[in-house]
Amino acid sequence: MQIAARRLDQVTIFDITGHIDLANSPELRKVLLKELKETKTPRVILNLTGVRYIDSSGVASLVEGLKAARDQNLRFILYGLSPSAREVLQLSRLIKIFEVFDNEQQALA
Amino acid sequence: MAGAGHRLPGQSEDDREALTFDAVCTIVSALVPPDFQRVREMTRVKDAREVAGAERLHNSGLLLDLALVSDPLLLCVVRAAIERLTEVSGFSPPECRSITRAVDEAVANVMRHAYGGSLDKRIDVSCKRISGMVNGVHREGLEIELLDKGAPFDQKKLTARSLDEVKPGGLGLHFIRDSMDVMEHSHVNGVNRLRLVKYLSADGRGQKSQGE
Repeated sequence: MQIAARRLDQVTIFDITGHIDLANSPELRKVLLKELKETKTPRVILNLTGVRYIDSSGVASLVEGLKAARDQNLRFILYGLSPSAREVLQLSRLIKIFEVFDNEQQALA
Repeated sequence: MAGAGHRLPGQSEDDREALTFDAVCTIVSALVPPDFQRVREMTRVKDAREVAGAERLHNSGLLLDLALVSDPLLLCVVRAAIERLTEVSGFSPPECRSITRAVDEAVANVMRHAYGGSLDKRIDVSCKRISGMVNGVHREGLEIELLDKGAPFDQKKLTARSLDEVKPGGLGLHFIRDSMDVMEHSHVNGVNRLRLVKYLSADGRGQKSQGE
């Protein structure tokens, strides 16, 4: 998994590529919580276009990110979900609690 | 090692491919630790007779035998192998993904819970083609067996958490149960054994096909 950050005005977009699983989900969690709890960027967007797989530990990291965002009154947005990533969020019934968009333009609107 | 180009004693050129496969299976079996092997023999007899009162199956062929250490970096290797295996076994693309997810979550659970994060413990994953009568219907499918020598599985944790709760963790078991037709766990002679089964539908395609 690779994570690259793009910082715009009041927005940080994390471009994530690869697989998110037990081997690297702690790293994702750390990056997200730092951005949300310390930097407190008003809108944090995760570009998941390049993510082919997310396991339950990856979903847990996303949920922690969402909770941290809610605690700080920030927005936490996902876009570009692969079929596998979408299935996992649907299976866990968590897709309805996230702000999910198809592309970056919609996520930034 | 009985690889390509190697002939075993008494083996003709024509027999080489078939015998090589048998020889490889024998070698694979020989590499399995004795306690894992014992659990396999014990459970094979049980599975062949009757499982959960509804299945009468027989193992019709070993497809894949993996032994790995409990390092999460190897999860991607397991996923790649299982995904390809489910594809060639005739499952639909969504089912290939869900079976792969189930096995990935099961192996991750062993690494995290049974072995408590130790990186150098052994996990065996074997996959077999199975066929037989299930509830009066002839079915074919894929059986995946995980063996480990970690802490016994906590039966209290066999209940996946409620999906109405928005909290991290506890989803792995839910993913496994949702993906597979059979999920059984036992702890015999210090070895944890998880047996997962997914059936193909009568037309050779997976049953719960969704989309794609």
